[in-house]
Amino acid sequence: MRTWIERHRNILDFTLSSIVRRKRKNAALVSVYTLIVFLLASVLLFTYALREEASILLKEAPEMIVQRLVAGRHDLIPVTYIERIRAIRGVSSIKERLWGYYYDPIVGANYTLMVAEDPDVIPGGIAVGEGVSRIRLASPGDTLEFRTYQGVTIELEIKKTFSSESGLVSSDLVLISDHDFRKVFGTPQDYATDLAVRVRNPKELPTIALKVAEILPDTRQILREEILRTYDAIFSWRGGILLAILFGAVLAFIIFAWDKASGLSMEEKKEIGILKAIGWETSDIIRMKFWEGLVVSLSSFLMGILLAYLHVFFTSFMLFEPVLKGWATMYPAFKITPFIEGAQVASLFFLTVVPYTVATIIPSWRAAIVDPDSVMR
Amino acid sequence: MIFHPTVMALFAGSILVSFMILYSASYAFLILRKWDLQSGSELQLNLERKTYLISTLIGYAFAFELLSFFLYVFTADQIHTFFVGAMCAAGSLYANDYGYPTLILKLVNFLLAGIWLVLNYVDNRGYDYPLVKTKCLFFLLLVPLILLETFLQGNYFLRLNPNIITSCCGTLFSTETFVLPSAIGFFPSIPAKAAFYVTLLLTVGSGSFYSLKGKGGYLFSAASALAFAVSVLAIFSFISPYIYELPTHHCPFCILQKEYGYIGYLIYVTLLGGAIAGLSVGVLMPFRKIKSLSEILPLFQRRLAMASSTLFLVFTAIVTVRILLSDLILEGY
Amino acid sequence: MIELRDIRKVFNSGKPNEFAAVQGISLSIEAGKATVLNGPSGSGKTTLLSLIGCMARPTAGRIRLFEREITSLPERFLTEIRRQTFGFIFQQFNLIKGITALENAMLPAYPLGEKFSSIKKRGLHLFELFNIASKAYSKAEWLSGGEAQRVTIVRALMNNPSVIIADEPTAHLDTKLSLEFMDILGKLKEDGKTLLLASHDPLVYESGVVDRVVNLRDGRIEGAEE
Repeated sequence: MRTWIERHRNILDFTLSSIVRRKRKNAALVSVYTLIVFLLASVLLFTYALREEASILLKEAPEMIVQRLVAGRHDLIPVTYIERIRAIRGVSSIKERLWGYYYDPIVGANYTLMVAEDPDVIPGGIAVGEGVSRIRLASPGDTLEFRTYQGVTIELEIKKTFSSESGLVSSDLVLISDHDFRKVFGTPQDYATDLAVRVRNPKELPTIALKVAEILPDTRQILREEILRTYDAIFSWRGGILLAILFGAVLAFIIFAWDKASGLSMEEKKEIGILKAIGWETSDIIRMKFWEGLVVSLSSFLMGILLAYLHVFFTSFMLFEPVLKGWATMYPAFKITPFIEGAQVASLFFLTVVPYTVATIIPSWRAAIVDPDSVMR
Repeated sequence: MIFHPTVMALFAGSILVSFMILYSASYAFLILRKWDLQSGSELQLNLERKTYLISTLIGYAFAFELLSFFLYVFTADQIHTFFVGAMCAAGSLYANDYGYPTLILKLVNFLLAGIWLVLNYVDNRGYDYPLVKTKCLFFLLLVPLILLETFLQGNYFLRLNPNIITSCCGTLFSTETFVLPSAIGFFPSIPAKAAFYVTLLLTVGSGSFYSLKGKGGYLFSAASALAFAVSVLAIFSFISPYIYELPTHHCPFCILQKEYGYIGYLIYVTLLGGAIAGLSVGVLMPFRKIKSLSEILPLFQRRLAMASSTLFLVFTAIVTVRILLSDLILEGY
Repeated sequence: MIELRDIRKVFNSGKPNEFAAVQGISLSIEAGKATVLNGPSGSGKTTLLSLIGCMARPTAGRIRLFEREITSLPERFLTEIRRQTFGFIFQQFNLIKGITALENAMLPAYPLGEKFSSIKKRGLHLFELFNIASKAYSKAEWLSGGEAQRVTIVRALMNNPSVIIADEPTAHLDTKLSLEFMDILGKLKEDGKTLLLASHDPLVYESGVVDRVVNLRDGRIEGAEE
């Protein structure tokens, strides 16, 4: 056992000096390798962070949203439904929600208008997200114009802006009073956009949801868990699509690695010949190549992850934003909370180091089977 | 299909391994037919050179196999959030018909790959490649198993459909919840504990005896196989409930999660390691008569037995300590 | 100690440039003596040396080392035997550029699993023995001809082999250094080492150190043995 360790240690010693001796070739390899790891890691870290954000967000959300469907489309829901749902056993609270989308032609952006309980939002006043504030260059004290469904323009004063824990959601948000909301959209007094339901025991949720479906057949029930799962799937899916696209890059990298491993310079070939002549065996050369691969892989891997971490969490994933957030005029300028997990590192490892190692096996072996008497001829 | 990064990694890895295995298989065939150590012919020299390549390729491929067993369970655990009612890997694997068969096959391949690696190691110690043909034959038997595993695993992942909201109805999936076949879990705990400790005692005992005296190799090997089977049942029957401190929770996968200190990995690694080492002792028995191995093999087998016994001992210790520390009282229920 | 029986070595067998370097040589090398293989280039000296030194396997014939048949041993074990029995001194020095003289000399011992520090100690000791201790940490490319020659000797001695094989050792040395080299060989013989040299340099085969000369021509031994 001791011999085994010492043998590897000695070979490693020689390998490190070899790597340093061939700086240029190895520098090229490490750069490309790091780039690949960086690209893949950026995608993985980002999608994972977004998923975590989504689940944090939804923690406070109501367990169930009830919406009314007319001809397969989401329509306004009568407020009378509230009492019928409240009567179901297990429901702890139920509230009407008013929200909608407002298109602002000046900047070509969609705002989400929502009614919420906020002491600052009195009739005539609104609270806006930082995305709105940025794009309209408006701050508390300024007024924004809104065009009602009747074509009348009203002015509402910005009382405050919010930087929410998650800029993802509040960026395009405008909190408005009940009175003003109905003025802008014309929603009748006895109707709401949908209903938010909270239950006492989450395990009973499926049963309660079924009951709602029974007594109000023109509604659909959206469970928080399902939203979470959908976000999860979508972000995974988008992340996966991106990875699939990067597959081309990984393939190119594999070919590059193969080429570099096969293209031994005359100098290298001679060195291996000498080593074999003085008593190194084929398996010793293969061990040397293994260490070479490991050193290169580990340094590229670590550097790639580090750079990706900085890229995703300090520059908010500059390079890839458009693909993952969808098409929108306003991007929230938010900082993603850093999340990193063993699963990411493991997946990354299998998507980069493993293919690299496989690509170099055959070239390493070819290099190692040089005849020992080749240096004598 | 779920485009989850870990899924893609596993997928890509399996395909790579399959290619490596197929490439090696073509040479394994050649070796079986044409290997002749006495001839100094060009072909023979080439074959000898190629054995380095094949050993390396298969070594890496099987190393990945070993890792991928854990990665598979880990991945299944990661994606459980996509399926209603799935709390952990147990639920994800149930999502379609391919999940569990893949797992079982992966376990079988894990053990066989481990044994092959031991065989390969021994072959390399003999100065005349004593086991080369046996090795190749064994390898060729493994090839279809591994390809089948890749196929099953691929099917499992391709046929996964996450339960997500569809735009029109928001159907409730909750009514489609499943029940894990819990027949195993209902194995009464007292007989299970008895069987568990007796078998492990027998294994560790016969292993230590064999490693000191060199007698009773077959007995030990059989005991270790039995110990493995009984331990797996024990994990279902009482070990899991103790760890979860919940008498009805028999899932063997949740112990791999963070909440339980990842103790599952410790348990499975020691158990599987002990099993491979123990089984290898038995597999190597018939080769003791070969001249070039006659000196080194018995010693190696004794070391293997020692390693196996130690691993089983560690496994038992971890389990026992955990049971003692648990707040659960299982009997009298 | 080393016995060759009917050795043949054919390169590129079956191809148009097929070529028999050694054609039916039988030879016995005595332990503790210095033997020289003499002959023009193309006579098969180098090939014969590599066959004796377990660097290559013969196409036909049998080789016995210390009474043990080694002809059909696989590469792995051949190498094992080679690195413990033979030390090589090459015609072209063959030092690895970019590393120090000491590291070059230590290389043969690396795969044997010995502790790095003890290899180094032994290396430095040998360097002192050969009066090149001051050059131990110089890069190989900065050594003079004579210094490089001595480094290769140390390298050959690193694993304490019983046989030293040298291929045209004086090819790149002037007369003074050649005579010094033969002196060193003489001392090694006194230490009990067996010496095997290939050379067509009279300074070598006419030296007093040499016990026996084998003349080769066209892959065969010429005439009777001395």
